[in-house]
Amino acid sequence: MSEPVVLKYNVDGENFTSAGEASVAVKKSLRQMGFPPEAIRRVSIAMYEGEINMVIHADGGEATVNVYPDKIEIILADKGPGIADISLAMQEGYSTAPDNIRSLGFGAGMGLPNMKRYTDDMRIESEVGVGTTVYMTVNV
Amino acid sequence: MKISKIKKLLDAKVICCEHLLETEVNSACGSDMMSDVLAFVKDNAVLLTGLVNPQVIRTAEMMDIKCIVFVRGKEPTENVIELAQSMEIAILTTDERMYVACGKLYMNGLEGGSVITS
Repeated sequence: MSEPVVLKYNVDGENFTSAGEASVAVKKSLRQMGFPPEAIRRVSIAMYEGEINMVIHADGGEATVNVYPDKIEIILADKGPGIADISLAMQEGYSTAPDNIRSLGFGAGMGLPNMKRYTDDMRIESEVGVGTTVYMTVNV
Repeated sequence: MKISKIKKLLDAKVICCEHLLETEVNSACGSDMMSDVLAFVKDNAVLLTGLVNPQVIRTAEMMDIKCIVFVRGKEPTENVIELAQSMEIAILTTDERMYVACGKLYMNGLEGGSVITS
């Protein structure tokens, strides 16, 4: 397989106002590379939800996007509190986001389910007190 | 439905990207929860919301939404307007409440989109 184009971003956890900037940048890059709109849309939505999660729960982190001709991998790694019960976190409507985040339009417990819905493969590695890494793949 | 017709039906003010007024939208979504908007699939939609922050604009960008209507007379701040301009998203603001704004568009033929269920 050919070498991927690698896009890397630091997701700032300090400031909710900037949350989503990395996903916007990825969407722009994928458009320039000429990927089909539907694949771009799925990558953008999944990454955006993940990026928002990193800001809400983990004080930011690192986003890596590996772009292959036939698939796009998104890796979101944080050093946040970790997820104690991943299957519970995957349930629609389950959220641990604080109320101030709800007033900003997030924290409905739809983030992880949406990420799974829009990707072909999703895997979560998490250790309480250490951090969480989410691996997602969208086939083009 | 053209964005210009939405403007007329809701007696809305155009905040930015007036050049998009003749753009057609095919469906609409009314929500203050951005995660619900992200579960919504049809493109060429207009988003009606009472939430005014940069994430609304970025959510719209992710969903290829070309027009946002802020209801209940909400006015976006300058940085939100600049973000929308940079992404070529038309911003309208109306004094109508969410329910009434959605009802007026629906009555005039603009239907809701489908939601992914699996």
